Amino acid sequence: MDRVPILKLGDILIISIQVDLEDQSVLALQEDLADKVVSTGARGVIIDITAVEIVDSFIGRMLATIADMSRLLDADTVVVGMRPAVAITLVELGLSLGGVRTALNLEKGVALLDLARSTPR
Amino acid sequence: MIVHADVARRRIEELLRSGEEQILPRWHAIAKAPIDELREIYQALRDALETGGDDLTDVRGVLAELSRARARQGYTPSDTARAVFGLKEALYEAVETDGNAEALRGFIWFSRLIDDLGLFTFESYVTAREKIILDQAEQLLELSTPVVKLWEGIVAVPLVGTLDSARTQVVMEKLLQTLVDTDAEHAVIDITGVSAVDTQVAQHLLKTVVAARLMGAECVISGIRPQIAYTIVTLGIEFGDIVTKASLADALAYALRRSGIEIGAARKTRVAVRTEDV
Repeated sequence: MDRVPILKLGDILIISIQVDLEDQSVLALQEDLADKVVSTGARGVIIDITAVEIVDSFIGRMLATIADMSRLLDADTVVVGMRPAVAITLVELGLSLGGVRTALNLEKGVALLDLARSTPR
Repeated sequence: MIVHADVARRRIEELLRSGEEQILPRWHAIAKAPIDELREIYQALRDALETGGDDLTDVRGVLAELSRARARQGYTPSDTARAVFGLKEALYEAVETDGNAEALRGFIWFSRLIDDLGLFTFESYVTAREKIILDQAEQLLELSTPVVKLWEGIVAVPLVGTLDSARTQVVMEKLLQTLVDTDAEHAVIDITGVSAVDTQVAQHLLKTVVAARLMGAECVISGIRPQIAYTIVTLGIEFGDIVTKASLADALAYALRRSGIEIGAARKTRVAVRTEDV
């Protein structure tokens, strides 16, 4: 089973998904991420799905779950680099990822997190 | 009975062969079509019958060609079919002179054959037409959905004409792709030129907005006409928190403001400088 690496950049954790995820790796990723957020005290999580071409409802739910979980641990989540086909699929599946913030690419995702941090919640 | 049918058929073939000199000019007179074309059909038909099988592929090929050529010359499909049916009348005269009972019986069989061929010309006309219409629809689809860049990071799709599901789908895909390609964070869908919106189209528009949002861009819908606003409300379509603006200008101003660009107020008075004073 491939484990998805979690990169730390300042107080932001970056997850770049490069392979087709199996259900097992998704569950492992969620656990790893929760541990990492707590141990590093990260304030933001960026999930980069530029390389993801196919999604199903499970992956869609994963994104929402990670966002919910991070929020509990006081970290903002931004999903970046979603492809048009993926966005259309998620909409057709009826998953609008209500609580998840999105940005066009990693750069804008980081900028979004910086902006969120400068304005007090 | 089968033997009889066979005999009758052979009699007709015999008549077609021997009576070509009379039948062809007569057909020409009835059908009022160029004799060369008719001779081609006549020969193809005779050859097909003489080989004994029921394989009329060659005849059909010739007829399809004729049907297309005549359609280009402005003949109606009925004219073409009538020209083909003319062969029945021409042959009947030959059958009558022959006076043979077998030939009369064979004529019934032949008549059915010609009916089929006549209908075939009609069919090929319709098929050709259908193809033209399909091609045009496709071209229209490609032509009608430009995505234009209004400002750095702001793109717009001006929609004109009737929106159907297929077109909205194309718009949706093209817009989302442009967002990726140009890194634009704001998109404006302008429907000033759209005369009618139904539930399905509205649904597609909403999906586009949500999909753009998922990708990290913001989508504004502008130019909703009064009647369309009325229709949308009457149909009970919920636009939720989607931003809508009255005109493309308003939408652009909104997008500029959102991306942090200040717009100065226009100068209220015009200053005219007379050249003599300078």
